[in-house]
Amino acid sequence: MNLLNISGSPHVHSDESTKKIMWRVNMALVPALLVAIAYFGINALLVSIISVAACVLFQWLIEKFILKVPTTVSDGSAVVTGLLLAFNVPATVDMMWIVVIGALVAIGVAKMAFGGLGKNPFNPAIVGRIFLLISFPVQMTTWPQVGGLFPMDFDVATGATPLGAFKEGALPEGVTFMDAFLGHVGGSLGEVSAIAILIGACYLLWKKIITWHIPVAFIGTAFVFSGILWLVDSTAYMDPLMTILTGGIMLGACFMATDMVTTPMAKSGQLIFGFGCGLLTIIIRNWGAYPEGVSFAILLMNCVTPLINRWCKPQRFAN
Amino acid sequence: MKTFKMGGVHPEENKISNDAAIEVMPVPQQMVVLMNQHLGAPATPVVQKGDKVKVGQLIGEAQAFMCANVHSPVSGTVQKVDTCKDAFGLTKPAVYINVEGDEWMETIDRTPDIKRECTLEPKEIVAKLKEMGIVGLGGATFPAHIKYSIPEGKKAEYLIINAAECEPYLTSDYRVMMEHAEEVCIGVSILRKALGVPNAYIGIESNKPLAIAKMTEMAKQFQGIIVEPLKVKYPQGAEKQLINAVTGRKVPSGKLPIDVGCVVSNLGTAFSVYEAIQKNKPLIENILTVTGKKLPSQHNYIVRIGTTYNDIIKHSIGELPATTGKVISGGTMMGKAVVNLDAPTVKGNSSVLVMDEAEARRNPETACIRCGKCMHACPMGLEPYLFSSLVKNNRIEEAKEHNILDCIECGCCFFSCPANKPLTDEIRLGKNRVRAMMAAKK
Repeated sequence: MNLLNISGSPHVHSDESTKKIMWRVNMALVPALLVAIAYFGINALLVSIISVAACVLFQWLIEKFILKVPTTVSDGSAVVTGLLLAFNVPATVDMMWIVVIGALVAIGVAKMAFGGLGKNPFNPAIVGRIFLLISFPVQMTTWPQVGGLFPMDFDVATGATPLGAFKEGALPEGVTFMDAFLGHVGGSLGEVSAIAILIGACYLLWKKIITWHIPVAFIGTAFVFSGILWLVDSTAYMDPLMTILTGGIMLGACFMATDMVTTPMAKSGQLIFGFGCGLLTIIIRNWGAYPEGVSFAILLMNCVTPLINRWCKPQRFAN
Repeated sequence: MKTFKMGGVHPEENKISNDAAIEVMPVPQQMVVLMNQHLGAPATPVVQKGDKVKVGQLIGEAQAFMCANVHSPVSGTVQKVDTCKDAFGLTKPAVYINVEGDEWMETIDRTPDIKRECTLEPKEIVAKLKEMGIVGLGGATFPAHIKYSIPEGKKAEYLIINAAECEPYLTSDYRVMMEHAEEVCIGVSILRKALGVPNAYIGIESNKPLAIAKMTEMAKQFQGIIVEPLKVKYPQGAEKQLINAVTGRKVPSGKLPIDVGCVVSNLGTAFSVYEAIQKNKPLIENILTVTGKKLPSQHNYIVRIGTTYNDIIKHSIGELPATTGKVISGGTMMGKAVVNLDAPTVKGNSSVLVMDEAEARRNPETACIRCGKCMHACPMGLEPYLFSSLVKNNRIEEAKEHNILDCIECGCCFFSCPANKPLTDEIRLGKNRVRAMMAAKK
């Protein structure tokens, strides 16, 4: 007779897997990618492809030749990092090589040096982005004009982002809420269109990959805090609705502050995390040296995630 | 609709044997009766080699406090009093009987008449439960006479009958409700009388609408029986979760249901209580489901306790399919994988569940991505991911501080883990280590 398998219970599994989660996140990023291609043309696609390819390649090389472990690139997590990194840089020709350096930092330093997926304390894409921002300040803030599908012209006119312009004095002429909502404004590749990001976020909510807690706390805090400032002085501070629609708040709140690995697990902890991100973002935007603060805010909150996890325990059944 | 509040999952229900009426399994040629079929100490054999026994005759006597009587499920001659390996490979004391005919004790009422009236006093009911070897049939096999002897200073307010049958595949309780609703209600009334509580609540998951209708209709003829439909969510039938769903009360950590005024019994137990009290029939038969996606047919049987797994398989489906991977006693969430198919069944066995090789295989473990799904699935509000690393690093004291002993081993954490980490296994290990540590400190 055949020998029977034995194991402890349970004997069935939900069939949920890390691979499924990661590929679903990639799916959720597609709308924003399509909008980026529509607005920034083929450059957006090329930067994204190069970023993803570099992240996957670095992970594979590190696993094969340095760690000498079976490769895990098929789980799709390096693709997520690659896409998010691309979404956080301008869609310019320069970025096609600079983003490779960002990918090396994101995968090599922020992820694999800490032990790979699940063990990294900081969001890899954000670490890569901040490294590039500090190392290549000019290229990282040279924004392409929103234009046609093939702006391969090297002398492409550079535009300003709403946030950058506001830091200099005032919003660019004629930027409406609808422009900001649809993405017809300057900015990093994947962050411009709030609607595309929200479509992706709804998909993740539907598939139960993220919960509402972090995005709502993040965006809500940013809205309320900037609203208070705006009420105090509407010339010095940006309109709260414009605040949450421009820059990286939508992308950050829906995709980067919801990264499972680097954010708290308990719902209460997630609310604190989102609140901290929103607060820090507005502080950095208004009183910091940079016009945008989403990446720094999330990175700082990543630092306190272990602390939040220790503090915010789930409600025990009976206590 | 009522439900427990925290955590829970919804595994595929797979109640494919729902429509199979209860059949009677023939008596096997050889019978091995384990003396340890319940929670607690083994019963002491009171027969010797060569003794003639009848069906229902006492062969193992409960001498320790936490123990239950064991009766012969067959008639014949005692071949030897020895030991036997049980379904999970553990050696247990056992009585071997050569089956001869099927001669029952005269005291047992085998007529099909249903007896409603019970004139026994509560104390007499409890004494008879002990005499008849009744144990809880929900899985824990807790001796019923101990459960229904309420300790000094405690007061029962609720009797809850667990008919949730939230485990995938299992249908034995469902069939009992469909075919023996009246006997079950009589059994529940007897238990209600034993406790002296005004109402008994029968909790049934709403995926069994026919059973809910049938029981509700029958309960109208009885005083103080309330049928409570429950949301389909696993583990709705876990003791603490069921109490929470029906009464809203929560059993504190380390306490028993009676501490919040509740007594919970399984539906199958209520049926065997009816047979014991009204028909003088000791607990010698199980109602169990023979099921599996790849089996040619699905069955529910009434089986003499002690019939081996192989006998059951042979009679019901001939032989196991060639692609069989696992045989489980119980459901897929909390059932135990059977090691030894030659072993006899025991009190409380509810199924022979045959899983295909592909179904039985565990997916390879990957890295924890700290998604927190285990934590949100936990019906006890614990942190399985944390126990996993604490136990691996032998930080047993901390595991205890994080209430690892509250874990009910329902399996929701492992079920929902996208990294396929065997969290429930690791927690079981951790609980054993915590208990060992506490025992060493004493």
